[in-house]
Amino acid sequence: MDYIIRFSQSHESFRLPEVQALATLEGIDMKVLSYSPETPFCIIRLPSASSADAARLVKRAILVQTISELWGSGITMPELHASVRANSSHLWPQYRTTSFKFWVDSYQGARTNSKRLALIKEFAYLPFDGEVRMSNPEEEFSLFEDWPDQAVPLGIPDPKCYHMGRRVGYGARDLPQKLDLKKRRYISTTSMDSELALITANLALAAPGKMIYDPFVGTGSFPIACGLFGALTFGSDIDGRSVRGDEKKRTIKANFDQYGLVERMGAFFTADLTNSPIRRAELGTGEGKDGRGRTFDAILCDPPYGVREGLVVLGVRDPEGKDAWRVRVGKEMKADPTYIPPKKPYSFMAMLDDILQFSAQTLVDYGRLSFWMPTANDEEQEIAIPTHPYMEVVVVCTQPFNKWSRRLITYQRLPDAKVDPNAMKERTERARDLGVTADELNPFRRGYFTKFETQP
Amino acid sequence: MKLLTLNFLTCAVKACKSSSESFPLHPKDAELAQDEVELNPQLLTNILHRIDWNALRTTATELGFPELPGQAPTEEELQADEKKMKDLHNLLIETQLMEGKLVCGHCGHEYAVREGIANFLLPSHLV
Repeated sequence: MDYIIRFSQSHESFRLPEVQALATLEGIDMKVLSYSPETPFCIIRLPSASSADAARLVKRAILVQTISELWGSGITMPELHASVRANSSHLWPQYRTTSFKFWVDSYQGARTNSKRLALIKEFAYLPFDGEVRMSNPEEEFSLFEDWPDQAVPLGIPDPKCYHMGRRVGYGARDLPQKLDLKKRRYISTTSMDSELALITANLALAAPGKMIYDPFVGTGSFPIACGLFGALTFGSDIDGRSVRGDEKKRTIKANFDQYGLVERMGAFFTADLTNSPIRRAELGTGEGKDGRGRTFDAILCDPPYGVREGLVVLGVRDPEGKDAWRVRVGKEMKADPTYIPPKKPYSFMAMLDDILQFSAQTLVDYGRLSFWMPTANDEEQEIAIPTHPYMEVVVVCTQPFNKWSRRLITYQRLPDAKVDPNAMKERTERARDLGVTADELNPFRRGYFTKFETQP
Repeated sequence: MKLLTLNFLTCAVKACKSSSESFPLHPKDAELAQDEVELNPQLLTNILHRIDWNALRTTATELGFPELPGQAPTEEELQADEKKMKDLHNLLIETQLMEGKLVCGHCGHEYAVREGIANFLLPSHLV
């Protein structure tokens, strides 16, 4: 059976990947028949004739408004009617007596009420004798119109094409509102907005019974989104202040509590990813094959870019020289609960490598890593997508801004048997110590503060 | 922090990673709390394979829980035995470590746990 998905016309590059991730999660074999970023209508084919699969597919999709059984499509109305008659007449008798509503969804177009009514009346051949009910009808039928860009100001008379369908399910457009940052107890300047956090959780296949970790947890946006989808969540941050909050009303726990998700909190702790306490499997030794030694089903993060928050790791810049006193203080005060160990700037590229290596060592087979990274829009300054032999790129989604973009990159951890043993040997770790200052270490930060102007 | 976390944590000091003594970390002056959490059999069967059973036995004994059997239950055993499932759920999911220290058996470094939040940051001479 074919279905038509009505997307929201936003975050275009995330829409199809989100639904594809949910198909993987639900074990539904979905084939995309037509999709374009320019239109919110997407046609898919599902093997089963039962509409329950279609409803299940999109029920968590943040960027989906509705899904409908596709009864017909056409470039013109007569073509649409011919298509509806040919494809759906065997379904008509089921809806002979049910209450229903019929409406027109014009994307980028405008119709007067009388024109809408006239369009609906063209479907009078459908043998529906049930009551027309505008609220809570048993069935909803839609005429979808896909108009060209600028159709209204240009006075274009007709849409590009029409579709007609019977509604079988809804997306989860209401969830971002539920986790709205404006109403959340504890947030910071870098908290991920709830819509994108939920989409990230979908791409990472968060679900009940899974364990999920965010190594740059901040105020907990990703774990909260994953917790809402039923996962047990873990998080850490090198900034102890952010993990602890104010220890009263503004804490990660207060956020989970606000949404009734406290039991989905596994553990939140202060730690540095480059000196992580998480147990890891040794790569290439067969360790962790049966799952032991690899802990997480998914890792989600939005690592610091070094623009609004410093990109730092534990350590001092010059342990032998001018920072020797800080090392001495550390030795003396290590048991003091008020002691905060020093941190030094770190290479952005090395951090990305670290995240991939950590994920390869801690994710179960086919576990997912979804992380955000910025890049310049200018091709010459673009930052390449980091690679790792054990981590296969599933999909890259992009949120464009003026001179830079944020990418959400999703990988899956390949089973050891699928990894070329030589590939690890050839993988060269990026040089760690090419620079000392934050700008030297971080090409994105450098570009950001020079407005991405190319060097003459 | 839920007690199951202790099964996934080792000493953060790089030099300790290769030593078997650095895992599991040993709780010291531990204060525990018990939460009531709805049993999730799917979660327990999912993570059963990821648990290092010997380490879990050590942790349970050190915290004064009844001694765990020498062998981990299989998925089937766990699903068939409600009591086993509930006991494991209680130990891993409902028990929280709230206060105390986690001590590395190799280097002796102590990680403080305060209000359920552990601090794994290291002074410069250990990174």
